[in-house]
Amino acid sequence: MRQKPALVLLTTLLLTLAAGIAAGNWKTLRNDQLHDPSNPSLRVLQDPEEALALLPPDTAGNMVNWVTALQRGIISPRSSLREDREHEILDDDVLMLDTMPLPYVRFPHRPHSEWMGCETCHEKLFVSVAGANAINMGKILDGQYCGVCHGAVAFPLTECNRCHNTDSSTVSGARPGGTLP
Amino acid sequence: MSPSARGRRIGILCAGLLPVAFAWGEYADVILNSRSEAEGVAPVIFPHWFHRIRFRCSVCHVELGIEMRVGSNSMRMDSITNGEYCGACHDGQTAWSVDNCDLCHSGRPGLATGIQGGHQTGGPGKY
Ligand code: HEC
Ligand code: HEC
Ligand code: HEC
Ligand code: HEC
Ligand code: HEC
Ligand code: HEC
Repeated sequence: MRQKPALVLLTTLLLTLAAGIAAGNWKTLRNDQLHDPSNPSLRVLQDPEEALALLPPDTAGNMVNWVTALQRGIISPRSSLREDREHEILDDDVLMLDTMPLPYVRFPHRPHSEWMGCETCHEKLFVSVAGANAINMGKILDGQYCGVCHGAVAFPLTECNRCHNTDSSTVSGARPGGTLP
Repeated sequence: MSPSARGRRIGILCAGLLPVAFAWGEYADVILNSRSEAEGVAPVIFPHWFHRIRFRCSVCHVELGIEMRVGSNSMRMDSITNGEYCGACHDGQTAWSVDNCDLCHSGRPGLATGIQGGHQTGGPGKY
């Protein structure tokens, strides 16, 4: 009986979180504590929910699975202002093994190069040689390397398993920085 | 459980809910207020979610040369009016023109320049 109140509180907490996730949890501009409710232009601006509720759902960040939204053609953002040329897509994964005790990181070029041109990352954020960048989790949490985007605009760093996505036992003969097709 | 212990638990629970209740803005909203308020206009709110539905990241961060570090671009209103940064699109053709001050300068007084973590984090280095 002694644990009961704690159990009730825990359940309440979980239910609150679940409800928040299920509802998308987007604030209206009027209530987001950012926009000035007395600004008459708020009537013109779009509430996030109007657009985001129509996209494939997710459980973090904007609560939208942006990779699926793009791959299914539900959204088709422009690649350039000059002419609407298709940009280059690279379809390989880079394996990062220095992750103990967590699963390996398999960095996928395809979804990244679908969302942005190579120059967004190369050669400023990452040298384009596998294993040549001294990445570690501390620097990422500090907003460097992957942490430039993840935690700011792309899905947040609390989603460990999306990056630490490859069980070491499923990769045989892996060498640091090895690339996978 | 004693009433005071329960009070403490409820306190801890409420503290746990604070980030949920006080989450500001939408994830990745950028506040720009290096000069706006000091010069008599409301802070600027730039919504990433709205723009990424329409443009890939590299349009702004490579083609238009906007650095991926909030506050590191010295965006001034006169350069925007002259077609740089926001002004590259907000020219009355690709998007509505810079005459619509309120649509960009839409923030509450006192907001600090930065990026909003919305549901999860406060941005890089803040989690
Ligand atoms: C955006 C992708 C990403 C996310 C999210 C992420 N990691 Fe990492 N993590 C990495 C990369 C990349 C490395 C470096 C791998 C290498 O150099 O071989 C790494 C390395 C690590 C290491 C190895 C030691 C070190 O300091 O480098 C640990 C431990 C780790 N991460 C824990 C976590 C935990 C815990 C979380 C969730 C809170 C997390 N990571 C979320 C990408 C990520
Ligand atoms: C989101 C950032 C990002 C984008 C965009 C990106 N890359 Fe990479 N690239 C990386 C990372 C991270 C590595 C691994 C570096 C390491 O292991 O230290 C890498 C490695 C590479 C490598 C060496 C390993 C391999 O895969 O053969 C090449 C070549 C490369 N990139 C080319 C490209 C090209 C071409 C594009 C555009 C189509 C591109 N990259 C887009 C982040 C990116
Ligand atoms: C220049 C910005 C940028 C950098 C740097 C970056 N990412 Fe991403 N990443 C994105 C975006 C944008 C997406 C699309 C999903 C989203 O927005 O949440 C994404 C998605 C992903 C996904 C999910 C792919 C899928 O198929 O769902 C993984 C895994 C990932 N990134 C890992 C990494 C790792 C590991 C690094 C560092 C080695 C990294 N990213 C660096 C911007 C970036
Ligand atoms: C497309 C978005 C946009 C529109 C529309 C816009 N501004 Fe701005 N404005 C900005 C940005 C971004 C800044 C830089 C914010 C900062 O760092 O404080 C800025 C800054 C300013 C500043 C601060 C001083 C300076 O030179 O940077 C003033 C004053 C200003 N704007 C006035 C106006 C007025 C008046 C209008 C309407 C005629 C207007 N703005 C319309 C985006 C916009
Ligand atoms: C319409 C233009 C535009 C598009 C498209 C865009 N951004 Fe941004 N981004 C900005 C502006 C403006 C800033 C703020 C720059 C400043 O404050 O100086 C910014 C800031 C950032 C930052 C810095 C955050 C920080 O922590 O300081 C990152 C990271 C970023 N963007 C990533 C992305 C990614 C990833 C995408 C694609 C999914 C993207 N952006 C799409 C305009 C854009
Ligand atoms: C790459 C082009 C591009 C750039 C750069 C750009 N915008 Fe936009 N923006 C657009 C387009 C297109 C729209 C939609 C216009 C329409 O609906 O007619 C838009 C709409 C908006 C909206 C209204 C969103 C809503 O709810 O309707 C705001 C606010 C805004 N932009 C602010 C900014 C600010 C601030 C900057 C600079 C920091 C900026 N934009 C830079 C293309 C751009």
